[in-house]
Amino acid sequence: MSLTNYLVLATLLFTIGATTVLLRRNGIIVFMGVELMLNATNLALVTFSRIHGNLQGQVFAFFVMVVAAAEVVIGLAIIVSIFRTRRSASVDDVNLLRN
Amino acid sequence: MTLAASLTEAGNTSAGEAVVFWVLAPLMVLGALGLLLSRRTVHVAVSIAGVMVGLAILYIAQEAHFLGFVQVVVYTGAIMMLFIFVLMLVGVDASDSLVETLSGQRWIGVLAGTGLGVLLVTAVTRASFAAPQGLEAANADSNPVGVSRLVFGDFVLAFEATGALLVTAALGALILTHRRRLGRKVGQRETADARVLGGGRLTPLAAPGVYARHNAMDVPALDPYGNPIEESVSRVLRIRGQEAAAEEFAMRELSEADLVPEDQHLETTEDVPTTEEGGEQ
Repeated sequence: MSLTNYLVLATLLFTIGATTVLLRRNGIIVFMGVELMLNATNLALVTFSRIHGNLQGQVFAFFVMVVAAAEVVIGLAIIVSIFRTRRSASVDDVNLLRN
Repeated sequence: MTLAASLTEAGNTSAGEAVVFWVLAPLMVLGALGLLLSRRTVHVAVSIAGVMVGLAILYIAQEAHFLGFVQVVVYTGAIMMLFIFVLMLVGVDASDSLVETLSGQRWIGVLAGTGLGVLLVTAVTRASFAAPQGLEAANADSNPVGVSRLVFGDFVLAFEATGALLVTAALGALILTHRRRLGRKVGQRETADARVLGGGRLTPLAAPGVYARHNAMDVPALDPYGNPIEESVSRVLRIRGQEAAAEEFAMRELSEADLVPEDQHLETTEDVPTTEEGGEQ
């Protein structure tokens, strides 16, 4: 099996995550789509690290994980505060700035 | 932990790794499709947790042992738990609305997603990569040691910056979820006074199921006149539409057919329609 298979899997997961962000309306599910995209990128980084024979790709993936953790904390806090004021987690209901 | 040399001379993986990949990859794609298609948010969270565990196994198969364990601890352990925690906070019933505010958004989204997928897969499969070198040399002192040499060596500035980022994120979460108290504090005393003044119901709500024929959470209780009490069923069950039909358990007017003598009533079951057959036997 060639290592390209890992990259194809990573692109498939990335595509599904991106499509989720485009199609779903529940803010939490959209957020999970973003997480899936980050994870797919990590898989590609780990595979590239193996192809090139050094560990820098893995270090990049590690930093991506740290930033993803910080992002999840802030994003979920935003979702909770939106839900408190609008009683809804749907991204379509956040239209206070319209008009 | 040492694994057998995982790359052959031609840069291909070992047969064992190929088996792991071909078992895991379809499962992970299915889990990811669950994210796209599943209606219930909790199902989505569970399928994504499965995808993340699969990714961790693939990392370990790809000689990234440290990242594999970090993936399990951080993603499935912390991030998905946080997601489920917020799901419980926001309400499990918060399902997707099917109303399109932008007309044609679904088809445009599907088209854009498919296009992105075709583009990326084509680019990856048509690109020619250098011969894979494997990580035997880089992992000579075990993988965590190799990664930590890079993190605390070449990338130490980025490491410090992520520390600052994490502190900022924690502060930001505290500030975003903080609510300033605008009025006087409403305690138990004030709540009780307001309830009495409001003239609403003072007693606790009836417990579900106890007066009905079935003792279950989703069956409404019956009042003394035999009418079902809607509010005895939990609010969450009512929003989800999982309560049992109230009329089914309400007391019915007794018809003539129900008024059978006591001794026959004990013998006959619903499968035996008439009492005359029982008499002949």
